[in-house]
Amino acid sequence: MNALLRYLLLSLAALSFVYPFIWMVSASLSSESGLGDVLLWPVGFTWENYVTVFTKIPLDRAFLNSSLVAILTTGLVLISGAMVGYALARLEFFGRNLIFYLIIFTMTLPFQITLIPNYITIVKFGWIDTYLALIVPFALNSLSVLLFRQAFQALPQALIDAARMDGAGELRIIFQILIPNCLPTVLTITILTFMGLWNEALWPLIVIRNESTMTMPQLVTLFSVGGRAEGQLGVKIAAAVILAIPIVLLYLFFQKHFIRSMASSGLKD
Amino acid sequence: MKKWTPYLLVSPYILHFLVFVAFPVVFSIVLTFHRWNIISPMQYVGLANYEHLLNDRLFWQAVWNTLRFLMVHIPLQIAIALTLAELLNRTIRGVAFFRAAFFLPVIISGVVVTILWQQLLSFNSGVLNRMLTALALGRIAWLDDPDIAMYSIAVMATWKNVGLYTILFLVGLQSVPIQYYEAAELEGATRWQQFRYITFPMINPTIFTVVVLSTIGGFSLFVEPYIMTEGGPMNTTLSAVMYIYKQAFQYYHMGYSATLGFCFALIILFVVIIQRRYVEQEV
Repeated sequence: MNALLRYLLLSLAALSFVYPFIWMVSASLSSESGLGDVLLWPVGFTWENYVTVFTKIPLDRAFLNSSLVAILTTGLVLISGAMVGYALARLEFFGRNLIFYLIIFTMTLPFQITLIPNYITIVKFGWIDTYLALIVPFALNSLSVLLFRQAFQALPQALIDAARMDGAGELRIIFQILIPNCLPTVLTITILTFMGLWNEALWPLIVIRNESTMTMPQLVTLFSVGGRAEGQLGVKIAAAVILAIPIVLLYLFFQKHFIRSMASSGLKD
Repeated sequence: MKKWTPYLLVSPYILHFLVFVAFPVVFSIVLTFHRWNIISPMQYVGLANYEHLLNDRLFWQAVWNTLRFLMVHIPLQIAIALTLAELLNRTIRGVAFFRAAFFLPVIISGVVVTILWQQLLSFNSGVLNRMLTALALGRIAWLDDPDIAMYSIAVMATWKNVGLYTILFLVGLQSVPIQYYEAAELEGATRWQQFRYITFPMINPTIFTVVVLSTIGGFSLFVEPYIMTEGGPMNTTLSAVMYIYKQAFQYYHMGYSATLGFCFALIILFVVIIQRRYVEQEV
């Protein structure tokens, strides 16, 4: 195929992926009358939409909630994933294969089946409207266990033997010796988990009713579905832009890793 | 190392599995035989929930909506992703830029993408209809026409995810040994023959991955129709998860909602198994 045609097609595709976001940002900075335009630049530039969002909904609080939940949970996923992954990869014990099959089973289980019972569990624990409801169910995930298991299997036994000789305990071996030797895996898990948590809207909608505990996607969803945007499109779009910014910034910093980790997780399915 | 150390290490997993996987699966099956609004005690109703489900027009509507979604979404996804991957699979300048651009919608929350597209597709003020009007083609009710709305959502979902599948196909394409093409070239194979007999069989596993992930994605659809159309017009974009959500949290039919979830899960497993069979035969 002609190189020029190739570039033309690729550029057209790139434009169709990037243009809507440019439109979104400039629409959020436009006055209501300019909105329908095919704009690349704000029409009647104003910060009004952003001011309105913050006065109508506690988006700053939701931002803190989202950050807290995503960071804490990602940390717990890394810790628990490394512990279980290590046991499965490096230790002999009765029931090891059983646990491995349970993990595979969990991964193939559609979430629709556990949704309602999990909600009831949260109610019975008295966790409705608490951070625990947002954190604990996600504090361990099968993919991170499998990725850590794979990474730890690839490391030489000598590394572990030497550490044991020096009297290191198992936790020390995992977190001080092995983890620093598989940072790409840590990065992959961090990116996948953080992104998933940051964007999750359904679960918070189910377990959180109190505005002061809501996460960003939840609050923006309710704002957009409920009447509080009062048909002001610019305000709705401004809320969406604020929700997108943190993940886009992370993406710009870690672009290569984002693409690599998503690609590898997709292929392992 | 002490004997119980491994068990200590896997104990968080076991606890988590028991509470958030094993118990819910068992309890969801128990729930399907009960009527329960969470507040009053559970009431055993035998197979009533299943009977209700068989006659529930909305349940079958949601299944049908999902199938309509998948019929557009999957072929479109594969065609576009494969084309983009093929275009990228050459030594060209700016590959990194194009890859990054295609991937942008993948990382952004579905909530953002949905709000964005709701505006782009709006009948009166949407950018798309403005373009059509400018070209004197008339406007289309992308989200308000019962025959079209679900397909609009399918196209949006394709736009959101196609970057991921492009990368997957690119990995697949790059794993095909270049010698195969060279040999085929010597034998006088046309480009299409090269694609049909070399590329296609080699990327078949990737196609399968795309089909499975898209299917699961289609059955998990929630935020997109919830924000965009709230299931309308005339329930033509009501999704499975949305219906489960409504039954549980608007009507407090926990037993029936669990029955819906259970049956949808069975349908998903069934569809995925069929797909696997089919793909294995093809290869």
